[in-house]
Amino acid sequence: MGLAGGYAVNLQADFLIILPELILALGAMAALLVGAVYGKKATRSLICLMALLMAAAAAATLTGPDRASAFGGAFVVDGFTRFAKLLVLMSAAICLPMAQAFFDAEKQSRFELPVLIGLATLGMLLMISAADFLTLYLGLELQSLALYVLAAFDRNNRRSSEAGLKYFVLGALSSGLLLYGISLIYGFTGATSFAAVALAVKASGVGIGLVFGLVFMIAGLVFKLSAVPFHMWAPDVYEGSPTPIVAFFATAAKVAAFAMVIRAVLVPFAGAVAEWRQVIIFVSVLSMVLGAFAGIGQKNIKRLMAYSSIGHMGYALLGLAAGTKMGVQGMLIYLAFYAVTNLGVFVCIQSMRRGGEKVENISDLAGLSRSNPKLAFALAALMLSLAGIPPLAGFLAKLYVFLAAIEAHLYIAATLGVLASCVAAYYYLAVVKAMYLDEPAPAFDRGPGRALSAVVAISAAFSIVLVFVPGPLIAAAGQAAGALFR
Amino acid sequence: MIIGLGHYLTVAALLFTLGVFGIFLNRKNLIVILMSIELILLAVNLNFVAFSHFLDDLTGQIFAMFILTVAAAEAAIGLAILVVYFRNRRTVEVDDANLLKG
Repeated sequence: MGLAGGYAVNLQADFLIILPELILALGAMAALLVGAVYGKKATRSLICLMALLMAAAAAATLTGPDRASAFGGAFVVDGFTRFAKLLVLMSAAICLPMAQAFFDAEKQSRFELPVLIGLATLGMLLMISAADFLTLYLGLELQSLALYVLAAFDRNNRRSSEAGLKYFVLGALSSGLLLYGISLIYGFTGATSFAAVALAVKASGVGIGLVFGLVFMIAGLVFKLSAVPFHMWAPDVYEGSPTPIVAFFATAAKVAAFAMVIRAVLVPFAGAVAEWRQVIIFVSVLSMVLGAFAGIGQKNIKRLMAYSSIGHMGYALLGLAAGTKMGVQGMLIYLAFYAVTNLGVFVCIQSMRRGGEKVENISDLAGLSRSNPKLAFALAALMLSLAGIPPLAGFLAKLYVFLAAIEAHLYIAATLGVLASCVAAYYYLAVVKAMYLDEPAPAFDRGPGRALSAVVAISAAFSIVLVFVPGPLIAAAGQAAGALFR
Repeated sequence: MIIGLGHYLTVAALLFTLGVFGIFLNRKNLIVILMSIELILLAVNLNFVAFSHFLDDLTGQIFAMFILTVAAAEAAIGLAILVVYFRNRRTVEVDDANLLKG
């Protein structure tokens, strides 16, 4: 029964299983102490320290057990969590130098930045490994509370504080919806652990109370993914928050939220596919369509990326709607593509500065092909990849998701997805057109810097090369998905 | 009349609805939104404790304890963000939060 059941505590073994989380938790605490003593001048070294801790956590994840559970089954480790955690740690570690460059330029550098990013990442790792609704809730809140503050981190900027406020209010509402759902699930199954709920669902079916709980829970979870009809926070938060923080939202936070949704829906409710599939298809199709149409009129590139992310969440959810191993594999490939591509795009957006001020309109990119041809080429490759134009990475990712949907007989949803992706191609192509065909605007101050240029280069190379060597990623995603369907 | 599980669930559902409506219909003050969030969390707690009692299972009460703790942290962070917002804008009216639109 839940957490309280007869369970012999073996703390040493449990601590070994949560080693990556322990490294981040203790490291973030130590960083907070150092920051409290040395103040602002410690920021740079703390950012390095946090990146090292993330690398250590990634190493611990890689060398950890293949399949284990800790704390009475509240926390699990398997191939699926390993894939998602490595993706999250990689994205978070890249966001750190981005944040340093950004806040140095804005003269807003503070030591809380690496601490908050570390704690948010810790929350994400917990979300990914959660196998009990209590762990899930605590991980989610740890992540969210840190992210609310990060959204408002540029605290003298009116737009940033408004973004933080909006994110906080809507995020807290979504936590409320999620909790209400969990309380109903607990009430009608008598358990909070995923395994026990799955048993109860299998034994006594899904009553009306449980359906209510399931719908509230999915609503709360989908909020974190910014999928329609719970997407309204995303454009405002993306536009107002500091760019590296948006990159963090769009990559690490999305991957973690997706991993959480996959496990929280597929494991406890494996016996109730018919009940949740309609809801997921509904959310997925609406997201794809809204993401495609609402992005068309946007002038601010960060706002455009918000609508793009809403659309992409819709495509990835299609894999969940399929509810099969192939669907999950497709989603994981999609998430890897999405995270890597978005990191590159946001580094490009961050380097858009003119006369010391950041500029964010698509028209500011005009003629970039002449003032900075390398950056323009990379950004064009990333945009075309996001649009899903063959032979780039986005095409392969979309192909896998759509194949899974068709295999699960979701023909209408898959067709609508293909159509929506044609519509969405318009605004990605508009960015490419601005860079290559429009009259040049004045050049940007300088490029992204050496380290961040490497990020853009790797990300663009990933989009171009993936189709030719897809094997490793597909195999890794397949293995990860297999861990959920034994 | 014996007060049963249904009564508790009804009260919790009413509180929850009040909280959600408080967020969406409130056009005046941002502080009221923070109060509505607390109302939602308390409704959930009531649900958990009622289920826990009628299922004769402790997990629900443990869950409620965790929610109380997180709610306190959440309120602290919410107020801190609100203070930052007020410093920049000199207002806490909901309708004034309109810099970001598209």
